[in-house]
Amino acid sequence: MAVRPASLARPVAGRPFTLQGMLEREGVFSWLMLSPGVLFLLAFIAYPFFYGIFLSLEDRRVATPGVFVGFANFQTLLGDAVFWQITRNTFVYVAATTVLKLAGGLAMALVMNQSFRGRNLARAFLLLPFIVPTALSTVAWMWILDPTFSVVNWLLVNLGVVATGYSFLGNATLAMGSLIVVNTWRGMPFYGITLLAGLQTITPDLYEAAAIDGATTAQRFRYVTLPIIKPVLIIVTMFSVIFTFGDFQLIYALTHGGPANATHVFSTWAFDIGMSAGQLGMGAAVALAILPALAVLIVALTIYLRRE
Amino acid sequence: MVTGRDFFGRLRRLYLPLAVFLVLMLFPFYWMLITSIKPNRELYNARIMPLIVHQPTLKHYVDLLYETNFLTWTYNTMLVAIVTTLVSVVLGTMMAYPLARLRFPGAAVVAIGVAATYLVPQPLLFIPMSDIINRLDLGNTLTAVMLTYPTLLIPFSAWLLMGYFKSVPRELEEAARIDGASRFQAMTRIVLPLCTPGLLSAGIFSFTLAQNEFLYALIFLAKSEVRTVPVGAITELIRGDVFYWGQLMAAALLGSVPVAVIYSFFVDYYVAGLTAGSVKS
Repeated sequence: MAVRPASLARPVAGRPFTLQGMLEREGVFSWLMLSPGVLFLLAFIAYPFFYGIFLSLEDRRVATPGVFVGFANFQTLLGDAVFWQITRNTFVYVAATTVLKLAGGLAMALVMNQSFRGRNLARAFLLLPFIVPTALSTVAWMWILDPTFSVVNWLLVNLGVVATGYSFLGNATLAMGSLIVVNTWRGMPFYGITLLAGLQTITPDLYEAAAIDGATTAQRFRYVTLPIIKPVLIIVTMFSVIFTFGDFQLIYALTHGGPANATHVFSTWAFDIGMSAGQLGMGAAVALAILPALAVLIVALTIYLRRE
Repeated sequence: MVTGRDFFGRLRRLYLPLAVFLVLMLFPFYWMLITSIKPNRELYNARIMPLIVHQPTLKHYVDLLYETNFLTWTYNTMLVAIVTTLVSVVLGTMMAYPLARLRFPGAAVVAIGVAATYLVPQPLLFIPMSDIINRLDLGNTLTAVMLTYPTLLIPFSAWLLMGYFKSVPRELEEAARIDGASRFQAMTRIVLPLCTPGLLSAGIFSFTLAQNEFLYALIFLAKSEVRTVPVGAITELIRGDVFYWGQLMAAALLGSVPVAVIYSFFVDYYVAGLTAGSVKS
């Protein structure tokens, strides 16, 4: 077999210039490979992002040229009671779903971390809510929570818990509660399966050692399990919080922000203002209002990932 | 040997909580299924026990397929999902490979850029993006979503694949290079085949994300013939205050089938992709 000397594979300084040799240079090859993706992301993420900032500084309606207004859109928002209601809604939604998904997901992972027949099948089924298109599973929830034909109401009435059913999506508190339940239902498997993978990295020897030292179940969880899965727990939670902040389709499909803005969050409100009402500038300003909270999270996550 | 006490311990710690989780997670799908095969007289009669079907019917499926554009939406969804998945995995691979294995000026900036673009949520971009798509005159075309979906999929694919590419021993590639393989050959013939699981993970994940996408499809696709299943179902099967629940559920179920089938074949790769970012092996 003909083996070419290494000097042919690696271009050495002083060699005559060839296209082939050029392509073999690490920097040239790397940037050739990178450039389609980088250009794409610059054109369709970086450019819209900065263009959005520019739009937020304009009074811009659909099909009309914009007028530069500086921070007027943001000033209007800060003086708008609805804006503060939407801020509160968003934080309630993110905080409540995160706590529930974390607690439920941890419980799910602990249950699934026992060995039993059919575990892989159970894992595949438990993950279904997370993979099925959200808008479609939300349709099922709309029917489950229907004011007249809700199966939950049917159960409550027939079990004698209440006399008449609730209007789950018609009442401000219940509508927010419903959103939180549906988001938790969808997101909990993500926590559960990821934390399960974390739990499976713990060697049984550690538990045995703890048991020999007389640790109770609670102590084993507190001093063995928790410290080991802490990094996974933090990363999963931060990812989930970032994505929950940007949640749109579940809320749009289930309540559309109603009743009376009680379940609007930044994304759905920005949609109503920017798309439905055609006020692009104001809509862009609403969307940008999540940026400070988001930036803090993203920076924290990046720092944490680097430290790990 | 299983003693009575062991069994009750296992019942309490495993079977009961597992059953609760399974029922909670799967009930909405059961509800989709039985609603889709109930006749209207059962659906809209509050006095009939709703948990089971008394007289199943396929009428809603027939109506869905003949009276709505559901098949067109399904075709659109599949076409867009397949094209964007292929584009994203190819471009994601091309980005991940140099980032994971080569040294070149600007690597750190690009790596941070990929992470940042992965975390920038869609609501921050959709208003400017709608204006850009309008200016490109791409409204109501599938090209609009084929151009925008990869913005969600490429950063994720690149990020996931970087982990896989890093795990291939450097010696393998160096041996190939000494034997005269070019950089491109070393990548396509040595590293990529070894990372097939990673490519499958990125592909299946991109496919499910593309099927799940809603916001861009809602904004860019206003005509029925170009809509995708989620947007078609939400905007057209819910007509005013009248809900066609049987049809809606049939659409929800049929719309979920492609994802569920693909997922069931590649569930291990899906889970590997899901956990790759957060769990170090």
